[in-house]
Amino acid sequence: MKINVNGKELTIDVTANPSLLEALREQLDLTGTKYGCGEGACGACKVLVNGTPLPACITPAVTVQGKKVITIEGLETNGELHPVQQAFLEVDAFQCAYCAPGMIINAVALLEKNSNPTKQEIVDAMNGNICRCCTYPQIVEAIYQAGKQLA
Amino acid sequence: MKKSMNSQMDLYPEQYELHQQDLIRGPISRRKFFKRMGLGIASFVVVSDVVSAEILNQLDPSLAEDAIASWIHIDESGKITVFTGKVEVGQNIRTSLAQVVAEELFVEVEDIHLIMGDTDLTPYDRGTYGSLTTPQMAPILRKAAASVRELLKETAAKEWSVGKSGLQMEKGIVIHPSNGKRLSYSQLSQGKKLFQQVDSEVAVVPVSSWKVAGTSVPKIEGKSFITGRHKYVSDMALPGMVYGKILRAPANGAKLKNLDTSRAESMEGVTVVRNGDFVGVTAPDSPTANMALAMLEATWDRTPQPSRKDLFGHLKKTARNQPESKSELTDALSQASFKLNQTFTIDYIAHVPLEPRAGVAEWKGDKLTVWTGTQRPFGVQEELQRAFDIPKENVRVIMPDTGSGYGGKHTGEAGIEAAKLAKATGKPVKVTWTREEEFKWAYLRPAGVIDVRSGMDSSGKVTAWEFHNYNSGNAGIQAPYTIAAKHDQFLAADTPLRQGSYRALASTANIFAIESQFNDLAAEIGSDPLGFRLKHLQDERLTNALTACADKFGWDKSRKKDHGFGIACGAVKGGFVATCAEVSVHPETGEVKVIRLVTSFECGAIINPRHLESQVVGCVLQGLGGALFEAIDFKEGEVLNASISGYRVPRFADIPAIEVVLLDRKDLPPAGAGEAPIVAVAPAIRNAIFEVTGKKLNHLPMIPSGSITV
Repeated sequence: MKINVNGKELTIDVTANPSLLEALREQLDLTGTKYGCGEGACGACKVLVNGTPLPACITPAVTVQGKKVITIEGLETNGELHPVQQAFLEVDAFQCAYCAPGMIINAVALLEKNSNPTKQEIVDAMNGNICRCCTYPQIVEAIYQAGKQLA
Repeated sequence: MKKSMNSQMDLYPEQYELHQQDLIRGPISRRKFFKRMGLGIASFVVVSDVVSAEILNQLDPSLAEDAIASWIHIDESGKITVFTGKVEVGQNIRTSLAQVVAEELFVEVEDIHLIMGDTDLTPYDRGTYGSLTTPQMAPILRKAAASVRELLKETAAKEWSVGKSGLQMEKGIVIHPSNGKRLSYSQLSQGKKLFQQVDSEVAVVPVSSWKVAGTSVPKIEGKSFITGRHKYVSDMALPGMVYGKILRAPANGAKLKNLDTSRAESMEGVTVVRNGDFVGVTAPDSPTANMALAMLEATWDRTPQPSRKDLFGHLKKTARNQPESKSELTDALSQASFKLNQTFTIDYIAHVPLEPRAGVAEWKGDKLTVWTGTQRPFGVQEELQRAFDIPKENVRVIMPDTGSGYGGKHTGEAGIEAAKLAKATGKPVKVTWTREEEFKWAYLRPAGVIDVRSGMDSSGKVTAWEFHNYNSGNAGIQAPYTIAAKHDQFLAADTPLRQGSYRALASTANIFAIESQFNDLAAEIGSDPLGFRLKHLQDERLTNALTACADKFGWDKSRKKDHGFGIACGAVKGGFVATCAEVSVHPETGEVKVIRLVTSFECGAIINPRHLESQVVGCVLQGLGGALFEAIDFKEGEVLNASISGYRVPRFADIPAIEVVLLDRKDLPPAGAGEAPIVAVAPAIRNAIFEVTGKKLNHLPMIPSGSITV
């Protein structure tokens, strides 16, 4: 099956009916998207499908045929970090950083819709993403800063 | 004695820390070191620099006092490499250790390369836990770096035939005192074979002059994490690698009765591996491996196992010792004007590291390499050595920076499982646990029952204190207060579920009970909880933490209607912490909201303020989960809420206003910070709820439903 990931047309094997997460990680070596819970409840596996953040772990790969998938690896343009990535780096908003790709993807989707969110709007939009190291205040700050940049 | 401890450790490596075993084995020899490192300039630290002679005597007799414990090496290209057996699990020690080394060597943090947690490359280390990295490894590396610096200076001085004292250093260059000639570290290392033991008397850069250490250097290699490029073990793939899954029992204590593997084995690319009760499958991809696992038809014999409803009775009933009652204490209690006896109960909670256990294993002949996320790579090496009965030299364990542990990754299950499958199939194998497996088959923070009896005289002085902890552990069991008659005792019991280390160990349970009980004693006589604590405290550092927290919080301010304030403190592993909480309780619905939390923390000299604050915030917010709603539910040996949707952890919307006060004691050596700040959150919230409602919530978690009965 053809799949469009980060602007490239790629081919995946869907014989075993992999989830989008399994296809990305095991067939396309795009391992930035992480497994966290397997039930769409933690946000570690979020990717953008036609601009909407979806948990790749419960999204069958076959359902994204003909759609555009963006993963954490696809956010840089010409070697430049996305403003949300840049803000995470500047605020130093992580400990183990395993949640960071899913957080960043979800934040990018938020800022596409609402480029200058309040901190409460950030909390509401990000509540499906878990950071078990609990660097939540720093993550809110990073997204808030990125919003200020983009506004 | 040592033998029995060892065999216990063989059975329960996750309880390593609970048994407080100080065991060091398998150090690298000097000869091996010389051979491996080749040319350059290096200083090394021996084991007796790290541990006291007292501990050394209890260790493995094969351990030489001069076995190397860590080293810093500058090669001919000027590259500076630090070798330490410690590991990075998100606590950002890769950054803070690089900072102290960079400071002494007059280079940037980016110039320091840290090789961590690789049993072939780094010296033996017991493990990264117990908040020991900063207090033990940081000062050692500081001296090791200073020793290398002196070697560089001596080399330059010899070259120029001048005295060492006038030489200047900057950015990896030694500068001549009068003619301005320069020699880089690379030039100085050319053709050298200078290896010297760290000079324990070497002068280090005083903390007050720190320029790199003591500042908020960002996470090393931060960019690779936010671009998804960093390879955690679960991200790794080796050529020809297959994916492994393990057959699990339906509940604790269940034994495999019958197994039909024929349907799984008929699947293309699938191999079924069976060795006694160990049953696993491998397949070329995860979905096929999952399908093959589902095709295994197993029947099990279950044995009677306790349920959560019986938990606390079970712990008391199965205690291995009787609680002691000292006559001195009985007397003090009988003479007391006020008495207060209470029981506190603590549920099991899970670490829930966002990256579940993962292991990749590869055999080449009789040599095994395992990549796994563990806080004890050398411990896992020993587990593998035992599992396969091969020499330790044949086992290499590598630990790439990992998706967190919080005390939950002292063991190497996934790596061992991968190694078993790899041996049977002859291919490299990756095993990544599912979230359900993490909840059911990893280990938990111990549950516990704590009985406290206490008494006060007519002047409001606490005179008697008896404290019995069943099962949760010894850590933090001693109340920090001055009390004439005091007795505390930990009673080990039979744990229905697998349990082991957790951030701050039993301190979360013990300090919850201590600080709740102390607060209630103050209330008995209408005393201010802060003043009452200060009156009973002698420890200057804890006193400072308490007053700094109360000041920042505004402890004396008037409370809004339906709002309450609570305070608590504790001293854990060289860190001194206090937390103040403000809560609101709805007068009709009983809904509890944590409005704000202020935490003060002092752990000696601060190496990286921003990362320290991040650790404190992380501890406080993670502590919020165990305080309010986290609990493992189980029935007849089976965990019932083994999923993220069934086991609630703190999310963005749970986070109250939070402030951190860091007390920098430049005059004191730095201590670890990844554990202590978690301990005062639960009692501070509990005491705030008590202030506003008069309700004593003596069970953790306190408010799983979000409200209390009013």
